[in-house]
Amino acid sequence: MNRTGAVKAIALVGLAVVALLLPLIAPDPATTNIAVFTAMYVGLATAWNIMGGYTGYISLGHAAFFGLGAYSLALLLAHLNIAPGYGPFLLVPVAGLLAALLAVGIGWIALRTRAATFVIVTIAFMFMCQLLAENLVKVTGGGGGLGLPYPRDWSGDFYNTPYYYAMLLLAVLALGVSWWIRRSKFGLGLLAIRDDEDKALAVGVPTRAFKLTAFVISAALVGMIGAVYAYYVTFIYPQFVFDPLIGISMVLMVFLGGLGTLSGPVVGALLLEPAQLQFAYRFGASKLYLVLYSAVFLVVILLMPRGIVPSARDLIARRRRPRAAGPTGTVTDTRAASITRPLASP
Amino acid sequence: MSLLEVVNLSKRFGGVVAVDSCSLSVAEGSITGLIGPNGSGKTTVFNLVTGFLPRDGGDIRFKSGSIAGLGPDRIYGLGIGRTFQLARIFPRLTALENMLVPVRRAGLRALMSQGQWGHEKERAMEMLEFMDISQVAGTVGGALSYGQRKLLELAAVMMARPELVLLDEPAGGVNPALLERIAGHIRQLNGQGVTFLLVEHNMSFVMNLCHEVVVMQQGRVIAKGSPRVVRENPAVLDAYLGA
Repeated sequence: MNRTGAVKAIALVGLAVVALLLPLIAPDPATTNIAVFTAMYVGLATAWNIMGGYTGYISLGHAAFFGLGAYSLALLLAHLNIAPGYGPFLLVPVAGLLAALLAVGIGWIALRTRAATFVIVTIAFMFMCQLLAENLVKVTGGGGGLGLPYPRDWSGDFYNTPYYYAMLLLAVLALGVSWWIRRSKFGLGLLAIRDDEDKALAVGVPTRAFKLTAFVISAALVGMIGAVYAYYVTFIYPQFVFDPLIGISMVLMVFLGGLGTLSGPVVGALLLEPAQLQFAYRFGASKLYLVLYSAVFLVVILLMPRGIVPSARDLIARRRRPRAAGPTGTVTDTRAASITRPLASP
Repeated sequence: MSLLEVVNLSKRFGGVVAVDSCSLSVAEGSITGLIGPNGSGKTTVFNLVTGFLPRDGGDIRFKSGSIAGLGPDRIYGLGIGRTFQLARIFPRLTALENMLVPVRRAGLRALMSQGQWGHEKERAMEMLEFMDISQVAGTVGGALSYGQRKLLELAAVMMARPELVLLDEPAGGVNPALLERIAGHIRQLNGQGVTFLLVEHNMSFVMNLCHEVVVMQQGRVIAKGSPRVVRENPAVLDAYLGA
């Protein structure tokens, strides 16, 4: 293992230890509350990246799956009369499955379009879901929202802990799926679609099936995270779960960290979500954090338009090059070199 | 025996008849050239054969089964590969990854598996060596020269061992030295049993390489035969030089 490899491994292990022990290190609810939302966005951004980053299809409507997951769990708990406690967590995969089913329907239609049209179609579907949640009053309670039972015997410092581990588990699951896909033939097909979809079709990649699969996997993960969110906040309203800001936040985190990279969404979420929450606590419930968001993105777009992870990789590569440059002087585009993966080494 | 048979194929774009009941066949083991003035429908025929455009009439038969109506990915899977005008490769994937995208894998398990790259990578490297571009295996497509892209595109198409390869202007925009190399590769692959159908404007390239030439004009086939016969056909001279 070379030096960067070792640094990477140490950083990963460190991060994992901190993530696992966090409720012990900092048990106060104010901190664990931030940790719940941060783990949530690590998962959301990573899940979104499977479609948006690998396949290049930018969906701004993933909040549709978040909301559907949230409502699914709320309705399941109400209709099945499940007692609060650990039981509701077991129904989270069902919410994910329902989100996946919705994604098959939406994807079937939306994936007939490409580029900007796809972006707009996904936004439209998200608002359709929001409208449905508002208007199917008999099912969803409409604008009045829907309450979920909450465990009364969990208290004080412990209350947030189960939610934190549930979110962490889903984030790790999303990362595992993302890592797996990236190294598979399926993942290579997705990257080929991102680069040139017609060319991919010409060399035998079943592009429609691949795109739909990536979309559904991404949606299922987002749906499960939405379900845990609903159980955590105990009361959901259409405009706060089918929330365009949730859909956009996960996208912005991916762009900040690095689109199409494995670690980029994690970096983006770890930086942005705690900062945003701190900002919201300091300046009250104002929308000032949106100003912060735009400031962050202006800086990113101006200084490192491809996000933190690819820019950092370039920097490391550039610093190492003077020593490592071989006599052959192979042309390697630094702009694109960040995309090379282990697969590339012959 | 003909490997590919196009029968009364037609395609209209609005009021323009791009391909007008065109019939041609490509003999197994041959290098067949498809020539004609600009706008005569050659590339449209390619797009119809490879499933990128739906046809308006006629039939396309490959190994005596109809492939009309199938999608491009299915047609590639059946053994027809193609290259594009102006070499299309995946710019953000490395040359080696470009080679691995076309590898066929059947079944969900194989698609999702991690550890089966061994012999596929080996074959990809062999193919890159055959094209004499193995030194750029780790370089991303976007950083390759135009000539390297042309060679990479051809190499990648060969990865799934297609029986028929359609080349759209293989000599377009390349220098004479590279032209000679490309012609050599096509001959060598043809020697290994691969059949080629190519669209090309460079006449000496076509006349030297092809066993059979088909001439199109305004969507119709106006002549076919050996290069020598076609070259002396008055209709062909008319089409190219104008009467």
